[in-house]
Amino acid sequence: MRKVAVVGVGETKFSGQQERTSVELFAEAAAEALTESNLKPKDIQALFLGNVLGDFSEGQGSVQAFAAENIGCFNIPANRYEGACASASMAIRDAWMWVASGFYDVVLAGGVERAATMGTPLATRTFAMFSDSRYEFPSGITFPAVFAMLAHLYSAKYGVPLPRLKEQLATVSLQSYKYGMHNPKAHLRKEVTMEAVLSSFMVSTPLQLHDCCPFSDGAAALVLASEEVAKKLTRKPVFIVGAGQASNGPLASQQQYLPRLRARELSAKQAYDMAGLKPGDIDICELHDCFSIASLIAVESLGFFDYGMSGEAWIKGEAGIGGKVAINPSGGLKSKGHPIGATGAGQVYEIAKQLRGEVEPERQVQGAKIGMTDTLGGDGCTLVNMILQRGWR
Amino acid sequence: MEYKLTYKEYREALKQKKLLGLKCKSCGAVTVPPKMVCRSCASPDLEVLELRGTGRIQTFTTCNVAPEGRESEVPYTILLVELDEGPWLMGNLVGVEPEKATMETLMGKRVKMTESRIFPGDKYSAGEGASPTFVLEN
Repeated sequence: MRKVAVVGVGETKFSGQQERTSVELFAEAAAEALTESNLKPKDIQALFLGNVLGDFSEGQGSVQAFAAENIGCFNIPANRYEGACASASMAIRDAWMWVASGFYDVVLAGGVERAATMGTPLATRTFAMFSDSRYEFPSGITFPAVFAMLAHLYSAKYGVPLPRLKEQLATVSLQSYKYGMHNPKAHLRKEVTMEAVLSSFMVSTPLQLHDCCPFSDGAAALVLASEEVAKKLTRKPVFIVGAGQASNGPLASQQQYLPRLRARELSAKQAYDMAGLKPGDIDICELHDCFSIASLIAVESLGFFDYGMSGEAWIKGEAGIGGKVAINPSGGLKSKGHPIGATGAGQVYEIAKQLRGEVEPERQVQGAKIGMTDTLGGDGCTLVNMILQRGWR
Repeated sequence: MEYKLTYKEYREALKQKKLLGLKCKSCGAVTVPPKMVCRSCASPDLEVLELRGTGRIQTFTTCNVAPEGRESEVPYTILLVELDEGPWLMGNLVGVEPEKATMETLMGKRVKMTESRIFPGDKYSAGEGASPTFVLEN
């Protein structure tokens, strides 16, 4: 299989409710990626696009076909991916394989979503569709409720008293807000105090408002090319050196592993094995912090910290820039935002910019060579992990 | 390969306060909610069985933000229960006020099934649903 590189990236600002259409948002991100790659729309051979809820947010299905046509990629094969919040990563992994296999040389991958535009009641209802509609939704399950249950279980299983866990969770959110302040594309750029986090509205016990990422609108796009083509287009190709994916059923079916998500452990191992790397080799990880507890669960399964211990690592600064591994220097889903169909592409955007040294100095991870993305969909139902490495000295 | 216990049959039983599951003739594991195959060994050689509806709370949450259309239910408590037969099941807890739904009062406590909460359905749900509903055993 051939090596595949990210040669150009683009991203809109992630935001709350706004009036540009999904096609317009993706067009902006795609244009930026094409310009960076020094390519024209006609150079793209296929489109791999994540979009979860366009049918509900805009009455728009099959957005991938309309997006391809709109940006001038006339008649190319265009696929839409739905893996809940992991959709864009699912799209990128597929795109990578089509190029690695030799079938395509240059493709466009990414995602778009208008989750904020739906408003909280409809967004809450549609996000609940990522749980089992037959066997979980009748109980009133919502996305915050899924992770809230994992938080109580984490506290009991690892013996972290709930008040201490809450401080650890608040520290996770505070770190995300701190980095997001220096990201001009971030949705929520604000200074927040520990007191404000711990006294905010209780969404689903024990998770409060600042434990939860926002609903966002936004898009991100990447141009992927084979090694041979990449070398002609850029002096800084970012190679995809590892990719993994796994699935799972409803929350209760994961009983043997919870609060760990089995799909992530399988997917991360695939990525590490393919790349020939270990957790200690990763300089930056853009991971799926849909809720603060999700960050603790993620870093432990990714092998960065021991089970039950990662909250203390955050408090000691080991999960920040200058620590053992820099987690979410973009501000993460919490601060940068979470336009679900685009999020995974936003994570690759950040890793590429970081590896190239092109990020605001306040949140640049100095000398970063290897980055990892971690994207989760549903009740841990879809997990995708990718490892990216500098293709230059 | 026959689908032994459908969602419809499972839901209609819950409406009668009966919890149905599947026993594997290959490995003996009990599977609920129903699937085509055993949750443990993936064998399709299953028989329908009525479960006791008792178990222990593994985790919970009390939800204050409802999905659209279900605002009148708030606040409500969701559980993951480990049934005495082995599998974990998602359901609701009734009979405990939200302020009293804490880790101290709930984690690890025994519960038993009571009348199921019915979700009447909405325009996205393809019909109604029933949620296994529990009360504390003491």
